[in-house]
Parts: sequence; structure tokens; C-alpha cells
Amino acid sequence: MKYSAAALAAAIAAVSGHAALAQTQINVLRVAVNPEQEQYLEKIATDFEAQNEGVDVIFEYVANEAYKARLPTLLQSDARPDIFYSWGGQTVVEQVEAGFLQPIGDLLPQGFRETLPQAGLQAYEVEGQLYGLPQYATEVVFWANKALTDQAGIDLDAIKTWDDFLQAVQTAKDAGVTPIIAGGQDKWPLHFYWSYLALRHGGPTVVTDAMSGENGGFTAEPFVAAGRDFQRLTELEPFQPGYISTTYETASGMFADGAGAFHLMGDWDYLPMRERSTSGQGLPDDQLAIISFPAVADPVAEGGNDATLGGINGWAVTNSAEPEAVAFLAFMMNAENQREAGRQQLFIPIAEGTSDGMDNPFFIQVAQNIADSSFHQIFLDQFLGASVGATINDISADLAQDAITPEDAAAQVQEAWDFR
Amino acid sequence: MTLADADRRLPASARWRRAVSNGRITAVLILLPPALILFTLFVTLPLGESAWFSFFNWNGYGTPSDFVGTSNYERILGHSIFHTAVGNTLKIVAVSLLVQMPLALFLALLIHRKTPTNAVFRLVFFLPYILAEVAAGLIWSFVFDGNYGVTASIAQGFGLGEVFILSNPDWAFMAIMTVIVWKYFGFHMMIYIAALQSVPQDQIEAARIEGASRLQVVRYVQVPHIRPAIAVSAFFAIIGALQVFDVIIPLTNGGPSNQTHTIVTYLYTFGLTRLNIGFGSAVGVILFVGAVTVAVFYQRIFMKRAEA
Repeated sequence: MKYSAAALAAAIAAVSGHAALAQTQINVLRVAVNPEQEQYLEKIATDFEAQNEGVDVIFEYVANEAYKARLPTLLQSDARPDIFYSWGGQTVVEQVEAGFLQPIGDLLPQGFRETLPQAGLQAYEVEGQLYGLPQYATEVVFWANKALTDQAGIDLDAIKTWDDFLQAVQTAKDAGVTPIIAGGQDKWPLHFYWSYLALRHGGPTVVTDAMSGENGGFTAEPFVAAGRDFQRLTELEPFQPGYISTTYETASGMFADGAGAFHLMGDWDYLPMRERSTSGQGLPDDQLAIISFPAVADPVAEGGNDATLGGINGWAVTNSAEPEAVAFLAFMMNAENQREAGRQQLFIPIAEGTSDGMDNPFFIQVAQNIADSSFHQIFLDQFLGASVGATINDISADLAQDAITPEDAAAQVQEAWDFR
Repeated sequence: MTLADADRRLPASARWRRAVSNGRITAVLILLPPALILFTLFVTLPLGESAWFSFFNWNGYGTPSDFVGTSNYERILGHSIFHTAVGNTLKIVAVSLLVQMPLALFLALLIHRKTPTNAVFRLVFFLPYILAEVAAGLIWSFVFDGNYGVTASIAQGFGLGEVFILSNPDWAFMAIMTVIVWKYFGFHMMIYIAALQSVPQDQIEAARIEGASRLQVVRYVQVPHIRPAIAVSAFFAIIGALQVFDVIIPLTNGGPSNQTHTIVTYLYTFGLTRLNIGFGSAVGVILFVGAVTVAVFYQRIFMKRAEA
């Protein structure tokens, strides 16, 4: 008891001493990450504190769903963070409109902006002003289990178009292999199909056009065609039995356990899917492959077949943040820290020329895909805000179960957009 | 004549003096404020705010400014998933009243006597109620799992092949209702046991001597005696059914195709997670009005009758 009291007193003294020294405190809120990433961020914070006396950087982590639910309330309170994790897109627009974010373009170090690709910065720009910075890009790809595709006699290199892919699914089925593993209960893994197909059919501007109400908004032909093509796939019953009550985590573990040939998921799933497998090891690298989402042979508008779908995840800065917070953000995103993240296989760094530290073949391929892409579309369920995004997830799951028609699906998205 | 009746006959000033002298006022002054303040802060004020928000199209950012009148309400009432949610809630009410309560009563009649064996059974039957709802939901999601769940083994035993109950729009809600009955019957059983233990033993014996069968004793002596307890338990069942939420989220999350929502999961899914705070508030107001209506009418009609 005596010892614990002494320890408590020492701890209080340590904390208060620390607080007295630190004149500026930078609070950073982030969606919970794995221990390696947490360590990476803490290291950056320590380095920054060492270089800037009197600055104290504090990271706080909140679980994914809770983060999204808490953020709006938090931003309105005095306890709002200085920097918070963001998926960019419409949510940033809404936050700017509500006056929660501050423009940081002028506060960044000279020449810093140029180290980041314009496509990444765009995700954090509203009406020409920059409100945050991108940290990494992700791409949604088909992960393939080569042992199973070989067994079924599928040539992965030959899958170029959607029809090729449908053929591969049929081949897998005929060979008694479950073609695709999907986490249908969470719905968003299914929304990748609809989003990608809409992008392929409608070209790079398909979403922005719909947002501005052109060609009937989200009821335009590319979105209907996306639903139709998605249902051509689901008519083949390509998913594992009970996929609609399978969560993303379970599905990702199942794929790593070798339960199916394909798994449409972001590059971020590389480590987590192993951790979720029964053995904890997952599939060995030489048994894994990634292929880009297939092209469509008869797009409604050209230009979508070279586009990629994924995330541009980064950070936004709130209106109450001190200039030191922006300095920290720039520090966190500097070339050295970006390169280090690639080296540790944490994520694919977005800053120009920093992906050279990576030796993971899949990450290298994804980085190349994104660099070659004509347009990188942010996940629609993030890009369009919480309400429209959730509707897209809903209709994707409904299309997969043949509970609605492609036309109804598109109409529901438009309705959600009108009422957002 | 009870004490309260006597009090009522005194003039107001005398009543006041009497209340001060016997410490009732002091008790009220000390005991009322904490509850009143908490209730006001966390129930009354949010209720008022919800009612206010429900007239706005608001995503939770900033202050609500886009006044839309009653259009949130119109959207809810015209939303087919809301109709499903209300239907599901009514199904839970029906199952609670027609399956859960009779089951609880039956078990209570079997084990209400104080014996060591009965104590063990009581504990076993009461355990599901102690379990956290989310934990129960997760456990049952494993039970219903089509790959390795208990139901899958049973189905395979009968040669039915793979059965994914929670993926099936027709069966998923049956599964949820099963879990709800399993989860809450112990609670109602305990209410009945407490009531059955206070049934005068001499009346039961008298009925027996007159030649009443076991069933007749139950029907003409025990059940009439515990009628107030049944009325209370039915009240809890109905109000509880209106609030079902945390069992459903881990089991189906409202799916497949939004077929297993209750009013509360509907509110959560379409109001909170989508940041349609105005819309969600309107659902909350509708639910509140429904619950208050049920509560008031129930108290007026059934509780009075049960007391009579």
C-alpha cells in the first residue's frame, strides 16, 4: 500500500512536471491501429518533441465505428483534437462547411506541398483551400489464392475483362472451389464491386457528375450498368455459403485459411488476414497474388478502365489547432517518416519517391498501380459521406441477394443523395 | 381506512405541519433533487432537444439550420424498412406475451417451492438474463453459424445440408426471437416465483381438500393470486420489446436486406451511424410517443384491473 502510494505520488509529480514544461499540447485523434503502427506514430511524436522543446504530442486511439460516431460531437466541444484521422472526400466538405477545420496551405513549410501528389491533396481540398494532408493511399484489388486457382485451372494473367472474371468464377465452381470469399454482413466489402463497376462504366468523372446532378445523378446509366454487371456475377452464386452473415474479419481469415480463390479487398488486408487465419500464418507469399479489378468491355463512357478505387487516408486540422500542430503534421508526413512506414510494411507512403523503401512485392505492385492509374477514386462509402455511403453499402448487399433491381438500387442512392 | 386516507381529510395547513414534523419534507428535500436533476439533465432535456432536432435535416455538424418541417416524419412513415421494423417489434411483443410469459409461468409453477434442487434450476434458468446482451448475441451468432454452429451440426444430422439461418431473410428474425425468449424468460419467471411464494398456503390446501386437481389449483387459486405480478411482467415484456437493440446488432446487424430491424436498431442504423441526426431524432420521438402511449394505457386499463 505504502509502495503504491509512493508510486502514485511519483507518477503525479512526473505528470505535473511534464505539464509545467510543455507550453503547447498537440492532441491527435486516430482510429485504433495495430501495435506496430501505434509504435510508429509514437516514435514520430517523440522525435518531434525532441526537436521542439515545450511541445507535447498526445495520440488518442478510438475504435473505428465509435470514432465515426463520436467525431461530430467531439468537434463541437472544447475537447476537440487538433489533428484527426480522416478519409477525405465529402466528410471533409461537411466539416469545412460547419466551420470546424482551418486552412493550412499557408502554414506548411516552403515547398512541402510539392512533395505530395496532387491527387492526394485533392482529397483534403475544399474550394481551393487545403484543410489536411494525405498520408497513404490504398487500392482495392482481387487477392488470389494461387494454389486454388491453379487447382481449378484458372490463368490469372488472362483475366482482363469482367467477362473473363465471370468465366474464371464459373471455372472455379466447376472445379469445386469456392470462387470468392466475402464479408457480406458488413456490406462495405460488397460495395467495392458496385463502386468499381460504376467507375469502369462511367469513367473518372462518374461520381462528381452524379454529385452535381448531371445525367440524372446517381440514376445515370453507368450506375445501373454497375448493378447489372454485379448481378451477373452474383447469379453465379460465387460467394461462400452464408456470406451475408459473415463479417469482414471472418471473411478475411477464411481467405487466409484457403477457403476460396478470390477476395476483393484493399492492400491493407495483407497483414490482418494472416493474423485472422486459424494458423496465424495465413497463405505464404508465393501462394498469393493480386490482380487489378477487371475492365469492362463495353463501358458507358470511356476512361474508367484505367482508374483505381481505394482510399486516400490522412489527417485534417481543426480550427483551434496552433501552428505547431501543422508543423507536427508536416513532420509526420516528411519523406523520412513516409519511407520508414513503407520499410516497416505499415502502409504505402503517398509522398513522391518514398516507396523505394518497400520490399513487399504486393505493396510495390499496388504502389505502381496507383501511380499508373488515370484516376484514383476514394471508396464511395467514405467519399459521399455517412448517409449516402451507408445506402451504397445497403444496395450492394441487396443486389448481391437479388433483393432489388439495378434500377431501384441506383434510385435509392439518388434518394439518399437528395436527402443527405 | 389507511393512513393516506386520513391525511387527505386534514386541511392543507395541518397536512403541511404534519409533513414537516414527521420528517417527510426533509426527506423529500434531500432525496428528490439528485434524481430530479439527473432525470432532467439526461432524460427531459435530451427529449426536448430530440423533438427540436426532428424538424431539421441535420448531420450533427454545427447547429441545425436546415428546417424541413415534418418531412423527416413523412420519410419515416413512408419508409418500407421502418414498416418492417415496426412489424418486427410487434412480433417480439407477441412472442413475449404468447410464448415467453407462458413458458416462464410454467417453469415458475414447477420450481417455486424452496428446495435445494429448485434453487439450482432457478439459477440455471436465470443465467441468460444475467449475461450481457451483446455477449449473448455473439454466443448465439456462433450457435447459428452455418459452418461450425450447433444448428449446422443438427441440420447435417438430419441430412439437410448447410443451413445459414442468419443469412436467410425468412428465418433470421425467428432466430432473433428465439434468443430473446431464451434471454428474458428467466426474468419473468423470477417475478412469478416471488409472487407464487406469497400465495397463502392455506388456500391451496383448502382447495386440495375440496378435491381440486393440480391444474385446478393453478387455475383457480395460484394464477388469480399472482395476477398483479403477471400484469407487471407483461408490462415489462411490452416495454422491453420496444427497446430490443443489443441482441440484434451482434446477431444480424439488422440484415439480411434490413429485414431484422426493430425500431431501435432502425433508429441507430438510419439515424446515428449515417449521421442523419434530425431523421434519427424523429424516429426517437415516434418511439417515445409509442412507448408513453402503451405505458399510460396499460397502467390505466390492465394494471387497474389486475389490482381490482
